[in-house]
Amino acid sequence: MSALLELSGVTRRFGGLRAVSDVTLSVAQGEVLGLIGPNGAGKTTLVNVITGVHPASAGRVRFAGEDITRLRPYLAARRGIARTFQIVQPFPGMTVLENVAAAAMFAGGVSYGKRARDEAMQHLRFVGLAEVAERSAAALTLAMRKRLEFAKGLAMRPKLLLLDEVNAGLNAAEVDQALALVRAIAARGVTVLIIEHLMKVVLSLCSRIAVLHHGELIAVGAPQTIIEDPQVIQAYLGKRYAKSQAGVHG
Amino acid sequence: MKRDAWIAVLLFALVALLPLSGEAYWMRLGTTMLMYGVLAMSWNFIGGMAGYPSFAVAAFFGLGAYTGAVAQKFGMPMGFAWAGAGLLALAFAALLGLALLRLRGHYFAIASLVVAEVLRELVNSMTGLTGGGMGLNLPIPAMASVDIQARFFFYAMLLLAAVTFAAMLLTANSKLGFGLRCIQQNESAADMLGVDTTLYKVSAFMLSGVFVGVAGAVYASWVYYIEPPDVFDVLYSVKAIVMVLLGGAGSMFGPLIGAAAFLSLEELVWRNYLQVHTGVLGLMIVLLVLFLPKGLLSLSQRLGRRKMP
Repeated sequence: MSALLELSGVTRRFGGLRAVSDVTLSVAQGEVLGLIGPNGAGKTTLVNVITGVHPASAGRVRFAGEDITRLRPYLAARRGIARTFQIVQPFPGMTVLENVAAAAMFAGGVSYGKRARDEAMQHLRFVGLAEVAERSAAALTLAMRKRLEFAKGLAMRPKLLLLDEVNAGLNAAEVDQALALVRAIAARGVTVLIIEHLMKVVLSLCSRIAVLHHGELIAVGAPQTIIEDPQVIQAYLGKRYAKSQAGVHG
Repeated sequence: MKRDAWIAVLLFALVALLPLSGEAYWMRLGTTMLMYGVLAMSWNFIGGMAGYPSFAVAAFFGLGAYTGAVAQKFGMPMGFAWAGAGLLALAFAALLGLALLRLRGHYFAIASLVVAEVLRELVNSMTGLTGGGMGLNLPIPAMASVDIQARFFFYAMLLLAAVTFAAMLLTANSKLGFGLRCIQQNESAADMLGVDTTLYKVSAFMLSGVFVGVAGAVYASWVYYIEPPDVFDVLYSVKAIVMVLLGGAGSMFGPLIGAAAFLSLEELVWRNYLQVHTGVLGLMIVLLVLFLPKGLLSLSQRLGRRKMP
Protein backbone atom coordinates (compact mmCIF):
# COMPACT_ATOMS: atom_id res chain seq x y z
CA MET A 1 0.00 0.00 0.00
CA SER A 2 1.37 3.38 -0.98
CA ALA A 3 0.61 6.57 0.89
CA LEU A 4 -2.02 8.81 -0.68
CA LEU A 5 -1.70 11.58 1.86
CA GLU A 6 1.46 12.38 3.76
CA LEU A 7 1.72 15.01 6.46
CA SER A 8 5.23 15.74 7.69
CA GLY A 9 5.85 18.04 10.62
CA VAL A 10 2.63 19.96 10.01
CA THR A 11 2.05 22.89 12.33
CA ARG A 12 -0.70 25.47 12.19
CA ARG A 13 -0.58 28.56 14.39
CA PHE A 14 -3.33 31.06 15.01
CA GLY A 15 -1.49 33.96 16.61
CA GLY A 16 0.14 32.46 19.68
CA LEU A 17 -1.93 29.30 19.64
CA ARG A 18 -0.60 26.14 18.05
CA ALA A 19 -3.82 24.49 16.97
CA VAL A 20 -1.93 21.70 15.23
CA SER A 21 1.61 20.98 16.31
CA ASP A 22 4.23 18.99 14.41
CA VAL A 23 1.90 16.28 13.09
CA THR A 24 3.45 13.57 10.95
CA LEU A 25 0.98 11.10 9.58
CA SER A 26 0.38 9.17 6.40
CA VAL A 27 -2.85 7.82 5.04
CA ALA A 28 -2.54 4.79 2.78
CA GLN A 29 -4.41 4.40 -0.47
CA GLY A 30 -7.76 2.76 0.20
CA GLU A 31 -7.71 2.80 3.99
CA VAL A 32 -10.27 4.21 6.38
CA LEU A 33 -8.43 6.22 8.98
CA GLY A 34 -10.21 7.48 12.07
CA LEU A 35 -9.12 10.77 13.62
CA ILE A 36 -10.21 11.16 17.21
CA GLY A 37 -9.44 13.44 20.11
CA PRO A 38 -11.17 15.53 22.76
CA ASN A 39 -12.95 18.74 21.76
CA GLY A 40 -10.51 21.41 20.68
CA ALA A 41 -7.76 18.92 19.92
CA GLY A 42 -7.26 20.35 16.43
CA LYS A 43 -9.06 17.76 14.33
CA THR A 44 -11.02 20.19 12.18
CA THR A 45 -7.97 22.44 11.89
CA LEU A 46 -6.04 19.49 10.50
CA VAL A 47 -8.74 19.01 7.87
CA ASN A 48 -8.54 22.72 7.08
CA VAL A 49 -4.79 22.41 6.66
CA ILE A 50 -5.16 19.50 4.24
CA THR A 51 -7.81 21.26 2.15
CA GLY A 52 -5.89 24.54 2.04
CA VAL A 53 -8.43 26.62 3.95
CA HIS A 54 -5.82 27.35 6.62
CA PRO A 55 -2.49 26.38 5.03
CA ALA A 56 0.16 24.91 7.32
CA SER A 57 2.40 27.42 9.10
CA ALA A 58 5.21 24.86 8.96
CA GLY A 59 5.67 21.39 7.54
CA ARG A 60 4.57 19.76 4.30
CA VAL A 61 1.40 18.18 2.99
CA ARG A 62 1.81 15.77 0.09
CA PHE A 63 -1.10 14.29 -1.81
CA ALA A 64 -0.70 11.58 -4.45
CA GLY A 65 3.01 12.30 -4.55
CA GLU A 66 2.69 16.06 -5.03
CA ASP A 67 3.20 18.92 -2.62
CA ILE A 68 -0.14 20.59 -1.91
CA THR A 69 0.82 22.55 1.21
CA ARG A 70 -0.04 25.94 -0.26
CA LEU A 71 -2.69 24.88 -2.75
CA ARG A 72 -5.88 26.95 -2.71
CA PRO A 73 -9.03 25.06 -1.61
CA TYR A 74 -10.68 25.00 -5.05
CA LEU A 75 -7.55 23.48 -6.59
CA ALA A 76 -7.27 20.89 -3.84
CA ALA A 77 -10.90 20.04 -4.52
CA ARG A 78 -10.19 19.56 -8.21
CA ARG A 79 -7.26 17.27 -7.42
CA GLY A 80 -9.58 14.93 -5.59
CA ILE A 81 -9.81 16.04 -1.98
CA ALA A 82 -13.43 16.30 -0.90
CA ARG A 83 -14.71 17.13 2.53
CA THR A 84 -17.95 17.26 4.40
CA PHE A 85 -18.52 19.91 7.02
CA GLN A 86 -19.23 19.36 10.67
CA ILE A 87 -21.83 22.09 10.33
CA VAL A 88 -23.46 21.23 7.03
CA GLN A 89 -23.12 23.86 4.33
CA PRO A 90 -25.53 23.39 1.47
CA PHE A 91 -26.46 26.18 -0.93
CA PRO A 92 -29.83 26.89 0.69
CA GLY A 93 -31.45 28.61 -2.27
CA MET A 94 -30.73 25.77 -4.68
CA THR A 95 -32.41 22.45 -5.10
CA VAL A 96 -30.80 19.31 -3.72
CA LEU A 97 -29.96 18.26 -7.26
CA GLU A 98 -28.31 21.58 -8.09
CA ASN A 99 -26.19 21.32 -4.96
CA VAL A 100 -24.78 17.99 -6.10
CA ALA A 101 -24.54 19.10 -9.74
CA ALA A 102 -22.38 22.02 -8.61
CA ALA A 103 -19.95 19.59 -7.00
CA ALA A 104 -19.90 17.40 -10.11
CA MET A 105 -19.32 20.38 -12.35
CA PHE A 106 -16.69 22.38 -10.52
CA ALA A 107 -14.63 19.66 -8.86
CA GLY A 108 -15.69 16.55 -10.75
CA GLY A 109 -15.00 18.07 -14.15
CA VAL A 110 -18.40 17.16 -15.59
CA SER A 111 -19.67 19.59 -18.22
CA TYR A 112 -22.44 22.08 -17.44
CA GLY A 113 -26.02 21.06 -18.08
CA LYS A 114 -27.71 17.71 -18.48
CA ARG A 115 -24.62 15.59 -17.88
CA ALA A 116 -23.97 17.23 -14.53
CA ARG A 117 -27.61 16.75 -13.58
CA ASP A 118 -27.54 13.09 -14.61
CA GLU A 119 -24.43 12.43 -12.62
CA ALA A 120 -25.86 14.29 -9.64
CA MET A 121 -28.97 12.13 -9.81
CA GLN A 122 -26.85 8.98 -9.66
CA HIS A 123 -25.18 10.14 -6.47
CA LEU A 124 -28.50 11.14 -4.97
CA ARG A 125 -29.85 7.66 -5.68
CA PHE A 126 -26.76 6.17 -4.03
CA VAL A 127 -27.29 8.13 -0.81
CA GLY A 128 -31.06 7.71 -0.94
CA LEU A 129 -32.12 11.27 -1.66
CA ALA A 130 -33.49 10.77 -5.16
CA GLU A 131 -37.09 11.51 -4.12
CA VAL A 132 -36.19 14.94 -2.75
CA ALA A 133 -33.91 15.92 -5.65
CA GLU A 134 -36.07 18.86 -6.73
CA ARG A 135 -36.71 20.12 -3.23
CA SER A 136 -34.90 23.15 -1.83
CA ALA A 137 -31.79 22.16 0.11
CA ALA A 138 -32.91 24.40 2.96
CA ALA A 139 -36.00 22.23 3.48
CA LEU A 140 -34.11 19.03 4.33
CA THR A 141 -33.86 17.48 7.79
CA LEU A 142 -30.45 17.34 9.42
CA ALA A 143 -30.00 13.65 8.59
CA MET A 144 -30.87 14.35 4.97
CA ARG A 145 -28.48 17.29 4.84
CA LYS A 146 -25.71 15.06 6.08
CA ARG A 147 -26.50 12.63 3.30
CA LEU A 148 -26.52 15.54 0.88
CA GLU A 149 -22.98 16.28 2.05
CA PHE A 150 -22.05 12.70 1.18
CA ALA A 151 -23.57 13.05 -2.27
CA LYS A 152 -21.74 16.32 -2.85
CA GLY A 153 -18.49 14.74 -1.69
CA LEU A 154 -18.94 11.81 -4.05
CA ALA A 155 -19.85 14.03 -6.97
CA MET A 156 -16.46 15.66 -6.62
CA ARG A 157 -15.00 12.30 -7.71
CA PRO A 158 -12.64 12.25 -4.75
CA LYS A 159 -9.57 10.17 -4.17
CA LEU A 160 -9.68 11.22 -0.54
CA LEU A 161 -12.85 11.97 1.37
CA LEU A 162 -12.57 13.88 4.64
CA LEU A 163 -15.62 13.33 6.82
CA ASP A 164 -15.93 15.80 9.66
CA GLU A 165 -18.33 14.48 12.29
CA VAL A 166 -20.91 13.23 9.87
CA ASN A 167 -22.80 11.61 12.72
CA ALA A 168 -23.06 14.58 15.08
CA GLY A 169 -26.70 15.23 15.86
CA LEU A 170 -28.00 12.03 14.32
CA ASN A 171 -30.05 9.41 16.18
CA ALA A 172 -29.00 5.76 16.43
CA ALA A 173 -30.88 4.61 13.35
CA GLU A 174 -29.54 7.50 11.29
CA VAL A 175 -26.01 6.76 12.49
CA ASP A 176 -26.35 3.18 11.26
CA GLN A 177 -27.46 4.44 7.86
CA ALA A 178 -24.53 6.84 7.68
CA LEU A 179 -22.18 4.06 8.69
CA ALA A 180 -23.44 1.86 5.89
CA LEU A 181 -22.88 4.75 3.49
CA VAL A 182 -19.29 5.25 4.58
CA ARG A 183 -18.65 1.52 4.12
CA ALA A 184 -20.15 1.62 0.65
CA ILE A 185 -18.02 4.63 -0.26
CA ALA A 186 -14.86 2.96 1.03
CA ALA A 187 -15.77 -0.15 -0.94
CA ARG A 188 -15.61 1.99 -4.08
CA GLY A 189 -11.93 2.50 -3.41
CA VAL A 190 -12.16 5.98 -1.97
CA THR A 191 -9.69 6.65 0.82
CA VAL A 192 -11.51 8.00 3.86
CA LEU A 193 -10.33 10.09 6.78
CA ILE A 194 -13.10 10.30 9.32
CA ILE A 195 -13.32 12.56 12.34
CA GLU A 196 -15.65 10.99 14.80
CA HIS A 197 -16.65 11.10 18.45
CA LEU A 198 -18.69 7.92 18.52
CA MET A 199 -16.26 5.14 19.40
CA LYS A 200 -18.70 2.55 18.15
CA VAL A 201 -18.43 4.03 14.67
CA VAL A 202 -14.68 4.43 14.75
CA LEU A 203 -14.02 0.93 16.03
CA SER A 204 -16.27 -0.77 13.53
CA LEU A 205 -15.17 1.27 10.55
CA CYS A 206 -11.52 2.14 10.72
CA SER A 207 -8.46 0.12 9.91
CA ARG A 208 -6.31 2.55 11.88
CA ILE A 209 -6.93 5.33 14.35
CA ALA A 210 -4.95 8.52 14.96
CA VAL A 211 -5.40 10.43 18.20
CA LEU A 212 -4.89 14.19 18.51
CA HIS A 213 -4.57 15.91 21.87
CA HIS A 214 -3.80 19.62 22.29
CA GLY A 215 -2.81 19.69 18.64
CA GLU A 216 -0.28 16.89 18.96
CA LEU A 217 -0.52 13.43 17.55
CA ILE A 218 -0.24 11.17 20.61
CA ALA A 219 -0.95 7.79 19.08
CA VAL A 220 -1.53 6.04 15.77
CA GLY A 221 -2.37 2.40 15.36
CA ALA A 222 -4.90 -0.39 15.12
CA PRO A 223 -8.19 0.27 16.95
CA GLN A 224 -7.58 -2.32 19.64
CA THR A 225 -4.15 -1.03 20.63
CA ILE A 226 -5.41 2.56 20.60
CA ILE A 227 -8.20 2.04 23.11
CA GLU A 228 -5.74 0.39 25.48
CA ASP A 229 -3.06 3.03 25.06
CA PRO A 230 -2.56 4.72 28.45
CA GLN A 231 -1.78 8.08 26.84
CA VAL A 232 -5.11 8.00 25.01
CA ILE A 233 -7.02 7.01 28.11
CA GLN A 234 -5.30 9.83 29.95
CA ALA A 235 -6.24 12.35 27.28
CA TYR A 236 -9.87 11.39 27.43
CA LEU A 237 -10.41 10.49 31.07
CA GLY A 238 -7.61 12.15 33.00
CA LYS A 239 -4.42 11.02 34.74
CA ARG A 240 -5.97 9.48 37.81
CA TYR A 241 -8.29 7.27 35.85
CA ALA A 242 -5.40 6.15 33.66
CA LYS A 243 -3.35 5.25 36.74
CA SER A 244 -6.14 3.31 38.37
CA GLN A 245 -6.69 1.40 35.12
CA ALA A 246 -2.98 0.61 34.95
CA GLY A 247 -3.21 -0.63 38.55
CA VAL A 248 -6.12 -2.94 37.75
CA HIS A 249 -4.43 -4.48 34.74
CA GLY A 250 -0.92 -4.52 36.08
CA MET B 1 -33.88 30.41 -21.41
CA LYS B 2 -35.51 30.30 -24.86
CA ARG B 3 -38.72 31.67 -23.43
CA ASP B 4 -36.87 34.55 -21.77
CA ALA B 5 -35.08 35.29 -25.04
CA TRP B 6 -38.35 35.47 -26.97
CA ILE B 7 -39.99 37.69 -24.40
CA ALA B 8 -36.96 39.97 -24.58
CA VAL B 9 -37.05 40.12 -28.38
CA LEU B 10 -40.71 41.09 -28.20
CA LEU B 11 -40.05 43.66 -25.50
CA PHE B 12 -37.17 45.31 -27.34
CA ALA B 13 -39.14 45.30 -30.59
CA LEU B 14 -41.99 47.11 -28.82
CA VAL B 15 -39.62 49.68 -27.35
CA ALA B 16 -38.10 50.15 -30.80
CA LEU B 17 -41.47 51.49 -31.97
CA LEU B 18 -41.28 54.45 -29.58
CA PRO B 19 -39.88 56.93 -32.16
CA LEU B 20 -43.21 56.61 -33.98
CA SER B 21 -44.66 58.89 -31.31
CA GLY B 22 -42.55 61.64 -32.88
CA GLU B 23 -42.25 63.55 -29.61
CA ALA B 24 -38.85 64.72 -28.41
CA TYR B 25 -39.94 64.30 -24.77
CA TRP B 26 -40.70 60.60 -25.19
CA MET B 27 -37.50 60.07 -27.12
CA ARG B 28 -35.46 61.58 -24.32
CA LEU B 29 -37.33 59.56 -21.73
CA GLY B 30 -36.93 56.38 -23.75
CA THR B 31 -33.19 56.88 -24.20
CA THR B 32 -32.78 57.56 -20.49
CA MET B 33 -34.82 54.49 -19.59
CA LEU B 34 -32.66 52.27 -21.79
CA MET B 35 -29.54 53.77 -20.27
CA TYR B 36 -30.88 53.10 -16.77
CA GLY B 37 -31.70 49.60 -17.95
CA VAL B 38 -28.07 49.06 -18.99
CA LEU B 39 -26.85 50.30 -15.59
CA ALA B 40 -29.31 48.11 -13.70
CA MET B 41 -28.63 44.98 -15.75
CA SER B 42 -24.92 45.54 -15.35
CA TRP B 43 -25.23 45.81 -11.59
CA ASN B 44 -27.19 42.56 -11.67
CA PHE B 45 -24.03 40.66 -12.70
CA ILE B 46 -22.10 41.52 -9.57
CA GLY B 47 -24.84 42.52 -7.13
CA GLY B 48 -27.62 40.15 -8.10
CA MET B 49 -25.78 37.06 -9.33
CA ALA B 50 -22.61 37.13 -7.24
CA GLY B 51 -24.17 38.93 -4.26
CA TYR B 52 -21.50 41.61 -4.00
CA PRO B 53 -23.11 45.02 -3.34
CA SER B 54 -21.06 47.14 -5.74
CA PHE B 55 -21.25 50.92 -5.79
CA ALA B 56 -18.80 51.12 -8.68
CA VAL B 57 -21.40 51.82 -11.39
CA ALA B 58 -20.74 55.57 -11.23
CA ALA B 59 -17.00 54.94 -11.57
CA PHE B 60 -17.44 52.86 -14.74
CA PHE B 61 -19.96 55.34 -16.11
CA GLY B 62 -17.73 58.36 -15.61
CA LEU B 63 -14.68 56.49 -16.85
CA GLY B 64 -16.56 55.51 -20.01
CA ALA B 65 -17.90 59.02 -20.54
CA TYR B 66 -14.46 60.60 -20.23
CA THR B 67 -12.72 57.92 -22.28
CA GLY B 68 -15.22 58.41 -25.09
CA ALA B 69 -15.00 62.19 -24.86
CA VAL B 70 -11.20 62.38 -24.74
CA ALA B 71 -10.85 59.85 -27.56
CA GLN B 72 -13.14 61.95 -29.73
CA LYS B 73 -11.27 65.08 -28.76
CA PHE B 74 -8.21 63.47 -30.35
CA GLY B 75 -10.19 62.74 -33.49
CA MET B 76 -11.24 59.15 -32.97
CA PRO B 77 -14.53 58.32 -34.74
CA MET B 78 -17.50 58.06 -32.39
CA GLY B 79 -18.07 54.33 -32.76
CA PHE B 80 -14.45 53.51 -31.99
CA ALA B 81 -14.48 55.90 -29.05
CA TRP B 82 -17.47 54.05 -27.59
CA ALA B 83 -15.82 50.68 -28.06
CA GLY B 84 -12.62 52.04 -26.53
CA ALA B 85 -14.57 53.25 -23.52
CA GLY B 86 -16.01 49.76 -23.07
CA LEU B 87 -12.60 48.11 -23.32
CA LEU B 88 -11.03 50.50 -20.82
CA ALA B 89 -13.91 49.96 -18.38
CA LEU B 90 -13.41 46.20 -18.84
CA ALA B 91 -9.70 46.40 -18.08
CA PHE B 92 -10.26 48.77 -15.18
CA ALA B 93 -12.89 46.43 -13.72
CA ALA B 94 -10.46 43.52 -13.95
CA LEU B 95 -7.75 45.35 -12.00
CA LEU B 96 -10.19 46.86 -9.55
CA GLY B 97 -11.88 43.51 -9.04
CA LEU B 98 -8.63 41.75 -8.22
CA ALA B 99 -8.02 44.33 -5.51
CA LEU B 100 -11.51 44.91 -4.12
CA LEU B 101 -13.18 41.54 -4.37
CA ARG B 102 -11.05 40.23 -1.53
CA LEU B 103 -13.35 42.24 0.71
CA ARG B 104 -16.79 40.99 1.57
CA GLY B 105 -20.13 42.58 2.39
CA HIS B 106 -20.10 46.13 3.70
CA TYR B 107 -16.35 46.44 3.31
CA PHE B 108 -16.58 45.77 -0.40
CA ALA B 109 -19.51 48.20 -0.73
CA ILE B 110 -17.59 51.03 0.92
CA ALA B 111 -14.41 50.36 -1.05
CA SER B 112 -16.32 50.36 -4.35
CA LEU B 113 -18.10 53.57 -3.34
CA VAL B 114 -14.82 55.43 -3.02
CA VAL B 115 -13.60 54.55 -6.51
CA ALA B 116 -15.86 57.05 -8.28
CA GLU B 117 -14.70 59.81 -5.94
CA VAL B 118 -11.05 59.01 -6.63
CA LEU B 119 -11.63 59.03 -10.39
CA ARG B 120 -13.53 62.28 -10.15
CA GLU B 121 -10.65 63.96 -8.35
CA LEU B 122 -8.21 62.56 -10.90
CA VAL B 123 -10.27 63.92 -13.80
CA ASN B 124 -10.61 67.23 -11.98
CA SER B 125 -6.87 67.57 -11.63
CA MET B 126 -5.88 66.44 -15.15
CA THR B 127 -7.00 69.74 -16.63
CA GLY B 128 -4.89 69.42 -19.79
CA LEU B 129 -6.50 66.20 -20.88
CA THR B 130 -10.01 66.43 -19.48
CA GLY B 131 -10.65 70.12 -19.04
CA GLY B 132 -10.85 69.55 -15.30
CA GLY B 133 -13.73 71.26 -13.54
CA MET B 134 -14.60 73.24 -16.66
CA GLY B 135 -15.90 70.11 -18.30
CA LEU B 136 -15.40 68.85 -21.80
CA ASN B 137 -17.28 69.63 -25.00
CA LEU B 138 -17.82 66.88 -27.51
CA PRO B 139 -18.17 67.29 -31.26
CA ILE B 140 -21.81 67.51 -32.24
CA PRO B 141 -22.46 64.67 -34.67
CA ALA B 142 -23.14 65.90 -38.18
CA MET B 143 -26.67 64.76 -38.76
CA ALA B 144 -29.49 66.18 -40.82
CA SER B 145 -31.71 67.25 -37.93
CA VAL B 146 -32.12 67.25 -34.19
CA ASP B 147 -34.86 64.71 -34.65
CA ILE B 148 -32.63 62.23 -36.46
CA GLN B 149 -29.95 62.79 -33.86
CA ALA B 150 -32.38 61.94 -31.07
CA ARG B 151 -33.38 58.78 -32.91
CA PHE B 152 -29.80 57.79 -33.49
CA PHE B 153 -28.94 57.91 -29.79
CA PHE B 154 -32.17 56.18 -28.86
CA TYR B 155 -31.35 53.26 -31.13
CA ALA B 156 -27.75 53.22 -29.96
CA MET B 157 -28.93 52.82 -26.36
CA LEU B 158 -31.49 50.24 -27.45
CA LEU B 159 -28.79 48.18 -29.13
CA LEU B 160 -26.56 48.46 -26.07
CA ALA B 161 -29.41 47.44 -23.79
CA ALA B 162 -30.20 44.45 -26.01
CA VAL B 163 -26.55 43.34 -26.00
CA THR B 164 -26.38 43.73 -22.22
CA PHE B 165 -29.54 41.67 -21.82
CA ALA B 166 -28.19 38.95 -24.10
CA ALA B 167 -24.96 38.84 -22.09
CA MET B 168 -26.95 38.57 -18.88
CA LEU B 169 -29.15 35.79 -20.22
CA LEU B 170 -26.17 33.82 -21.54
CA THR B 171 -24.28 34.26 -18.28
CA ALA B 172 -27.20 33.20 -16.12
CA ASN B 173 -27.57 30.02 -18.16
CA SER B 174 -23.92 29.06 -18.15
CA LYS B 175 -21.38 27.53 -15.84
CA LEU B 176 -20.28 31.06 -14.93
CA GLY B 177 -23.78 32.03 -13.81
CA PHE B 178 -24.16 28.81 -11.85
CA GLY B 179 -20.83 29.36 -10.12
CA LEU B 180 -21.85 32.92 -9.26
CA ARG B 181 -25.03 31.61 -7.65
CA CYS B 182 -22.91 29.25 -5.56
CA ILE B 183 -20.69 32.16 -4.50
CA GLN B 184 -23.71 34.29 -3.69
CA GLN B 185 -25.12 31.64 -1.39
CA ASN B 186 -21.99 30.47 0.37
CA GLU B 187 -18.61 31.56 -0.85
CA SER B 188 -16.44 29.29 1.30
CA ALA B 189 -18.55 26.27 0.43
CA ALA B 190 -18.24 27.18 -3.25
CA ASP B 191 -14.48 27.36 -2.83
CA MET B 192 -14.39 23.89 -1.25
CA LEU B 193 -16.46 22.58 -4.12
CA GLY B 194 -13.89 23.60 -6.70
CA VAL B 195 -15.25 26.99 -7.83
CA ASP B 196 -12.40 29.36 -8.73
CA THR B 197 -14.06 32.14 -6.76
CA THR B 198 -11.55 34.87 -7.66
CA LEU B 199 -11.89 34.22 -11.39
CA TYR B 200 -15.66 34.08 -11.22
CA LYS B 201 -16.06 37.21 -9.14
CA VAL B 202 -13.66 39.20 -11.30
CA SER B 203 -15.49 38.00 -14.43
CA ALA B 204 -18.79 39.17 -12.97
CA PHE B 205 -17.25 42.51 -12.07
CA MET B 206 -15.84 42.92 -15.58
CA LEU B 207 -19.26 42.19 -17.06
CA SER B 208 -20.75 44.74 -14.68
CA GLY B 209 -18.26 47.34 -15.92
CA VAL B 210 -17.99 46.97 -19.68
CA PHE B 211 -21.53 47.89 -20.71
CA VAL B 212 -21.72 50.75 -18.23
CA GLY B 213 -18.50 52.10 -19.75
CA VAL B 214 -20.06 52.10 -23.21
CA ALA B 215 -23.25 53.65 -21.83
CA GLY B 216 -21.18 56.46 -20.34
CA ALA B 217 -19.53 57.13 -23.70
CA VAL B 218 -22.86 57.08 -25.54
CA TYR B 219 -24.29 59.42 -22.92
CA ALA B 220 -21.38 61.82 -23.37
CA SER B 221 -21.92 61.93 -27.13
CA TRP B 222 -25.65 62.30 -26.62
CA VAL B 223 -25.48 65.33 -24.32
CA TYR B 224 -22.21 66.59 -25.86
CA TYR B 225 -21.00 68.27 -22.71
CA ILE B 226 -19.75 66.44 -19.62
CA GLU B 227 -18.25 67.54 -16.33
CA PRO B 228 -16.89 65.46 -13.43
CA PRO B 229 -19.74 65.93 -10.90
CA ASP B 230 -22.26 64.98 -13.57
CA VAL B 231 -20.81 61.69 -14.83
CA PHE B 232 -19.16 60.52 -11.60
CA ASP B 233 -22.39 61.15 -9.68
CA VAL B 234 -22.79 58.51 -6.96
CA LEU B 235 -26.51 58.57 -7.74
CA TYR B 236 -25.81 56.43 -10.81
CA SER B 237 -24.64 53.68 -8.48
CA VAL B 238 -27.52 54.15 -6.08
CA LYS B 239 -30.12 54.27 -8.84
CA ALA B 240 -28.80 51.07 -10.43
CA ILE B 241 -29.12 49.25 -7.12
CA VAL B 242 -32.56 50.68 -6.38
CA MET B 243 -33.80 49.74 -9.83
CA VAL B 244 -32.64 46.13 -9.47
CA LEU B 245 -34.13 45.81 -5.99
CA LEU B 246 -37.32 47.38 -7.29
CA GLY B 247 -37.60 44.91 -10.13
CA GLY B 248 -36.19 41.81 -8.45
CA ALA B 249 -32.53 41.02 -7.82
CA GLY B 250 -30.92 38.15 -9.65
CA SER B 251 -33.84 37.77 -12.07
CA MET B 252 -33.70 38.34 -15.81
CA PHE B 253 -36.40 40.95 -16.33
CA GLY B 254 -36.17 42.49 -12.88
CA PRO B 255 -33.55 45.13 -13.82
CA LEU B 256 -35.48 46.25 -16.91
CA ILE B 257 -38.80 46.39 -15.10
CA GLY B 258 -37.11 48.19 -12.23
CA ALA B 259 -35.56 50.71 -14.61
CA ALA B 260 -38.90 51.45 -16.26
CA ALA B 261 -40.71 51.65 -12.91
CA PHE B 262 -38.04 53.84 -11.37
CA LEU B 263 -37.91 56.28 -14.25
CA SER B 264 -41.71 56.55 -14.31
CA LEU B 265 -41.75 57.28 -10.59
CA GLU B 266 -38.93 59.74 -10.94
CA GLU B 267 -40.70 61.63 -13.73
CA LEU B 268 -44.11 61.64 -12.07
CA VAL B 269 -42.80 62.72 -8.70
CA TRP B 270 -40.48 65.28 -10.19
CA ARG B 271 -43.31 66.85 -12.19
CA ASN B 272 -45.77 66.92 -9.31
CA TYR B 273 -43.58 67.67 -6.31
CA LEU B 274 -40.98 70.05 -7.60
CA GLN B 275 -39.83 71.14 -4.14
CA VAL B 276 -39.62 67.83 -2.33
CA HIS B 277 -39.33 65.37 -5.16
CA THR B 278 -36.25 63.53 -3.88
CA GLY B 279 -37.90 63.14 -0.48
CA VAL B 280 -41.09 61.70 -1.93
CA LEU B 281 -39.13 59.43 -4.24
CA GLY B 282 -37.01 58.20 -1.35
CA LEU B 283 -40.09 57.46 0.72
CA MET B 284 -41.69 55.48 -2.09
CA ILE B 285 -38.53 53.45 -2.57
CA VAL B 286 -38.31 52.67 1.15
CA LEU B 287 -41.92 51.51 1.16
CA LEU B 288 -41.43 49.38 -1.93
CA VAL B 289 -38.32 47.70 -0.60
CA LEU B 290 -39.96 47.15 2.79
CA PHE B 291 -43.13 45.59 1.47
CA LEU B 292 -41.79 44.01 -1.71
CA PRO B 293 -38.26 42.93 -0.74
CA LYS B 294 -38.05 40.61 -3.71
CA GLY B 295 -39.11 43.27 -6.17
CA LEU B 296 -42.05 43.95 -8.43
CA LEU B 297 -41.55 40.64 -10.24
CA SER B 298 -42.39 38.75 -7.07
CA LEU B 299 -45.81 40.39 -7.13
CA SER B 300 -46.96 38.24 -10.04
CA GLN B 301 -45.68 35.07 -8.39
CA ARG B 302 -47.35 35.99 -5.11
CA LEU B 303 -50.68 36.65 -6.74
CA GLY B 304 -50.31 33.47 -8.75
CA ARG B 305 -49.59 31.40 -5.66
CA ARG B 306 -52.59 32.73 -3.82
CA LYS B 307 -54.91 31.26 -6.40
CA MET B 308 -53.79 27.74 -5.53
CA PRO B 309 -55.68 25.97 -2.77
